[in-house]
Amino acid sequence: MNAEVATDYSGAPVGAPVYELTNVSKTYARNLVVALEKVDLTLKKGSFTSVIGSSGCGKSTLLKVMAGLIPPTQGRVVLQGKPVTGPRRDIGMMFQQATLFPWKTAVENIVLPIEIRDGKAAARKAMDKAHELLDIVGLKGFENVYPNELSGGMAQRASICRMLITEPAVLLLDEPFSALDELSRDMMNMELQRICMEQNATAFLVTHSIQEAVILSDDIVVMKPRPGRIAEIVKVDLPRPRTLDMMTTPKFGEIVDHIRGMLDKGEDM
Amino acid sequence: MTELQTNQSADVETVQDTVWVQEIAFIDSVPRSIAMTFVFVMFIGTWQLVTSFGLVSPIILPTPLETLNDMIFVGKNLLTGGYMLTSLWITIKEVIYGFALAIAIGFSLGVLVGETAFGEKAVMPYLVAIDTMPKVAFAPLFVAWLGFGIESKVALAAFIATFPIVVGTAAGLHAADENARMLFKTMGATRMQTLIKMKLPTGLPQIFTGVKIGAVGVMAGAITGEFLGGGKGFGELIRVAASQLNTPRVFSLILYLSLVGLALYLIVQWTQRKVVFWHKERVGAGDY
Repeated sequence: MNAEVATDYSGAPVGAPVYELTNVSKTYARNLVVALEKVDLTLKKGSFTSVIGSSGCGKSTLLKVMAGLIPPTQGRVVLQGKPVTGPRRDIGMMFQQATLFPWKTAVENIVLPIEIRDGKAAARKAMDKAHELLDIVGLKGFENVYPNELSGGMAQRASICRMLITEPAVLLLDEPFSALDELSRDMMNMELQRICMEQNATAFLVTHSIQEAVILSDDIVVMKPRPGRIAEIVKVDLPRPRTLDMMTTPKFGEIVDHIRGMLDKGEDM
Repeated sequence: MTELQTNQSADVETVQDTVWVQEIAFIDSVPRSIAMTFVFVMFIGTWQLVTSFGLVSPIILPTPLETLNDMIFVGKNLLTGGYMLTSLWITIKEVIYGFALAIAIGFSLGVLVGETAFGEKAVMPYLVAIDTMPKVAFAPLFVAWLGFGIESKVALAAFIATFPIVVGTAAGLHAADENARMLFKTMGATRMQTLIKMKLPTGLPQIFTGVKIGAVGVMAGAITGEFLGGGKGFGELIRVAASQLNTPRVFSLILYLSLVGLALYLIVQWTQRKVVFWHKERVGAGDY
């Protein structure tokens, strides 16, 4: 492991609040739908939080508000002591699709955020770091390959690198592996856990899969729709590092059942 | 031992491999070279028959041999730098200038229409309105405005070729998906960065499709311009030959002209393959 990559980016001690949402509401003016109602949420440095809920529960809206892509109607979103008023450098994002650009090689795709923010010269300087990151996610040797030649899983690994290259304080993950098959998905989740632990990253994952949420998270935010709100925050006290074997333990099953019960109740409303 | 052997032979008899008989229709199995030659021979053969049996007057349709002879004559004139080469060069210049103009104007308007709400709301409707007009009908106007020289032909050629490039560019700028847009937003990209680093490269295949359609239009524009506005280009040679009922000459001139069109198309195609190297064309159309 390279020391530089493992640097604690934000400088805040592990366990200190990084992301603070207070009383956040979002009403879409177009159809007066209350997508989020009075959401209070704190992400602690180095923690892994998942949000789960049926469609329409506002989890995508929550993620977009946190990412600074859309403004909240009410409330306060603070990241590392500064209010979020737009896209920020200390936020890294990853989507369901890898969205690598086919005219750039893997490594050029990874330094793209640097190129956008600091120009071509800075991007060239970041190449070494991009190579290290590719090494970390197991894509050594694929630096100069175009995305057309990468498999779905490899493309998502590359997009993890692109997210990490700017050393974000918080990772916002929007169902990053849901387009992959189940085997690759389990593998990528373990990979994600390892990277988050190594980088001391604060992660926030939107998912549809209860198992995925439980195996990865310290906290699971269960949301309910109409209006989108937090129903419960479930603590997962399985030891770390998590392994796929844990999915067969009674404790794991208990937590999954509990969350499934909550979500089923939500459906009845 | 004997039993085992019988067993084996029984196995061989009972368990048979499934044999697939994949029938390929004869018409689909003919190799490309043979198919192409066949069509060519059929075409020329029919042509020869129709003319040699006197079904069609030689003034209307010359024999293939007459046409070939004339092509050799025209070819010699072109190769020895005769007056036809001068004419051809004029037409080529019109095509190149017209094409360059169409690309410059078409691309700029395409960006305006595809990138800005103003362009989409206020410019696009007028472009569509003009595009539906028969553009050749503007030829007399261009002659009146720009005279009988090369300018009026360049203008008509550019006028015809501009629209597909506008449409291709505008469509290309809309080709980027939601994820790519969101990604650029999260990276804090400016509008200009999003346009240059993401939307334009994403739209290049569509832009090139527009340019290719434009390349065909620019030839038609230049020749139509010469038909209607005089001058000394290849179109004028065709017009004169036709008025003299020299049909073999008309045919051979058209064939040489088509080589220019083909060359232009292939140049665009080659450029596209170099520039948009990541994009594989799905349809075989245009792959020579």
